[in-house]
Amino acid sequence: MRQLSTGPEYNPTELLICIAARQMPDSVTAFIGTGIPMLAASLAQKMHAPNVVSIFEFGGTGARLVRLPRAVGESRTFYRGVAASGICDIMETATRGFVDFGFLGGAQIDPYGNLNSTIIGPQHHPPKVRLPGSGGGNDVGSLCWRTIIIVRHDQRRFVPQVDFITTPGYLTGPGAREEAGLPPGTGPYRVVSTLALLDFDEETKRMRLLSTHPGVTVEQVVENTGFELIIADDVGQNEPPTAEELRILRKEIDPEGFYI
Amino acid sequence: MRVIESGIGELIQPPDLDAFREWNRAKSRALVDKMMTEAEAISRFVYDGCYIGTELYGTVRCPMSLVREVVRQGKKDLRVAGQGVTELDLWLGAGLVKKLDLTYIGLEVYGTSRALRRAVESGQVESVVEWSNGGITWRFKAAAMGVPFIPVRAMLGSDTFRYSAAKVVECPFTGQKICLLPALILDVALIHVSRADKYGNAQIDGISGFAFEMSRACKRLIISAEEIVDSEEVRRHPDRTIIPYYLVDAVVHAPFGSHPGEMVYYYARDERQLREWVEASKTEEGTRAYLDKYVYGVANHREYLELIGQERLEELRAEEEGRR
Repeated sequence: MRQLSTGPEYNPTELLICIAARQMPDSVTAFIGTGIPMLAASLAQKMHAPNVVSIFEFGGTGARLVRLPRAVGESRTFYRGVAASGICDIMETATRGFVDFGFLGGAQIDPYGNLNSTIIGPQHHPPKVRLPGSGGGNDVGSLCWRTIIIVRHDQRRFVPQVDFITTPGYLTGPGAREEAGLPPGTGPYRVVSTLALLDFDEETKRMRLLSTHPGVTVEQVVENTGFELIIADDVGQNEPPTAEELRILRKEIDPEGFYI
Repeated sequence: MRVIESGIGELIQPPDLDAFREWNRAKSRALVDKMMTEAEAISRFVYDGCYIGTELYGTVRCPMSLVREVVRQGKKDLRVAGQGVTELDLWLGAGLVKKLDLTYIGLEVYGTSRALRRAVESGQVESVVEWSNGGITWRFKAAAMGVPFIPVRAMLGSDTFRYSAAKVVECPFTGQKICLLPALILDVALIHVSRADKYGNAQIDGISGFAFEMSRACKRLIISAEEIVDSEEVRRHPDRTIIPYYLVDAVVHAPFGSHPGEMVYYYARDERQLREWVEASKTEEGTRAYLDKYVYGVANHREYLELIGQERLEELRAEEEGRR
């Protein structure tokens, strides 16, 4: 537990969830994967965005996220929902431009927000380390309007070049997504790390530090990033989780302590 | 249509649409009782080297009683459409997989799959070809449509594409780049459903995952069902029937067929049992011991359920009912 002079105590995972939840406005559609995105969407729904439409890749749409789903296909992903269809419907909904937000994670991220969740090492097969693979990640990163990447912040993860582009960020820079044939106007929107909130510079499409978490300095963020970060002119400081956010997270969303 | 770029991955199961049509032409439409045991269904329709796929995903509605029987019978050199957690982990752990069209194999909240890591990093799995979840399902959809490929806007620009067997072409209508995915026709598909009649008319409660597409993209279809109901009951609500009987080769009655995973409206997943696999699968010895106990050590699904225990199964049922 982090000790603060004022306000309630919280752990890094709780902070990540709160910062991610606050990125989502009300009445948007959001593609939700396992883990922290589920908690973030649920928290957003209970705080400021009651009409966030959660979309789970195997068909659950618009659930009331009363309790935390543990798998992307289980019944909580469509509890009191607006649809329970299948994966084709969901991925085609995203292809048609109906999905505003998507959440992503990965073992490695580079300055352009390209993500690796496939292999570690230079060789594809047999690899040094085999990771799970794309899953729905590539579809989400290709087709949703704005993706929010949630990732632990250290030099091992924030690398100059990912070993494998599982999910496209801005690829090699401005115009590269469109050149590859990906739908225009899509791409990484925010990175919520364990240290900071980051976005991508309009001109270069490279990652930019927006604001740091409570108690974290700009230097710490820079030290833990394996490539040169663009630093925003006025780097802000993120608000810590409020007592109400923490109460909802602990008492209502994850009382079993599955994630937090 | 100009091909701009080709993935370098192996096309593990090249589609032959005309052969598929002939196969389907010859497939019996007779309304006959197709009920059989897991042992009979697997020994009749699954064979060494076949291309096989399972539905759904993660721990949800997976055809686990069928999957365990495949392990029990030691069907080997399987070529697999790979998205899964509990089911593919067992096959990988048992060393049955030769080639893999891989989208995601991991343990979701429990992290990466050690069975996958051992089987792939050692080179035991000879060929690994990358796809996205949408990608592999669209491949089933193309097969279900009876066409050789389907154009999609995912996978472009990535290494997921590069190590797939997809192609990027210039769209003849818009001039834009588009990704073409080859149809994927399975030799055998295994699907677990909520209820079915003895002929194979099958209904699924809750999300349908990719059951619709997969059931139409395979030569042989084995379904297992939580409940076997009277055909009239199924016919009373044909709008709920996702799989009509003539697609089906075998119907297996498998209550708790998705255990240790969950089944919407029937039972919750067995967290304790899942954790046991997560721990056991960390080593080869542990994997072997787990398979000895829960697969080789029991003769069939009924004995497996006895091993898990009625009391535990009732707890899981109660847990799911509480969520309605």
